[in-house]
Amino acid sequence: MMEITTVHYTVLSAALFSIGVIGVLVRRNIIIIFMAIELMLNAVNINLVAHAHRLENLVGEVFVVFVIAVAAAEAAVGLGIILAFFRNKETVNIDEMNVMRW
Amino acid sequence: MAETIGFYTLSVLILGLAVLVVTAKNTVHSILFLVMNFLCVAVLYVVLQAEFLAVIQVLVYAGGIVVLYLIVVMLVNLKGEAEAHQDPRRLSVIGLALAGAVLLELAGILVYSSGSDAAVPSSEAVASPVQGNVEELGWLLYTDYLIPFEVASVLLLVAMIGAILLARREV
Repeated sequence: MMEITTVHYTVLSAALFSIGVIGVLVRRNIIIIFMAIELMLNAVNINLVAHAHRLENLVGEVFVVFVIAVAAAEAAVGLGIILAFFRNKETVNIDEMNVMRW
Repeated sequence: MAETIGFYTLSVLILGLAVLVVTAKNTVHSILFLVMNFLCVAVLYVVLQAEFLAVIQVLVYAGGIVVLYLIVVMLVNLKGEAEAHQDPRRLSVIGLALAGAVLLELAGILVYSSGSDAAVPSSEAVASPVQGNVEELGWLLYTDYLIPFEVASVLLLVAMIGAILLARREV
């Protein structure tokens, strides 16, 4: 078997990101869509850490810290929006989320 | 050899759990698969010698964000099929095709850029006065990246206030 290189990690990251994209585009439950976004952020983090490891430079890991902070903020605000919406319309189906549609 | 086996095992686990997260019918099952996915990614960080990030991953993602998701699922109290109503204008096939296009684009970037993999300039490592992953990361965060670090803390504060305002019963 081959040695594990950065390309392997990049391929893993690309596959994980694509699964997240599929989740966002195909599912209709908004909570699942938020989880798919977390999956995509995780794919980005794997990429950053793998390249930080390859370059032996910790700046990539610093960026992962910021990505995690933004992901936490996004989850808090997004779930707040879901709660506020559910209180009004009693659904988490995005096909019914058209109150702001032009 | 051990690293190879470990990497492939972790990859299969991560991708399989991600597929389960996206396809699971029950939202709570989906969240539990997400926790296991995050834990596998944390193990991957340990393999990549990013121990601090592995700990942060377990604490923030598996400990904090997932609990937030579980609380929201409990609050919205989904009875029956959440996806029963379907917009007739919705075209899931186009969604899948677009996701395939994203995958193709990523593969194209990978093929295009993998040729220059060898020519990596050795980073002009500013000799940090500390040793170890956690110490070096902390050193970087509190010297070169001090202002982004503070901005991130302000962002978290704003997000906290926003979440409280959004989730309040009467605004």
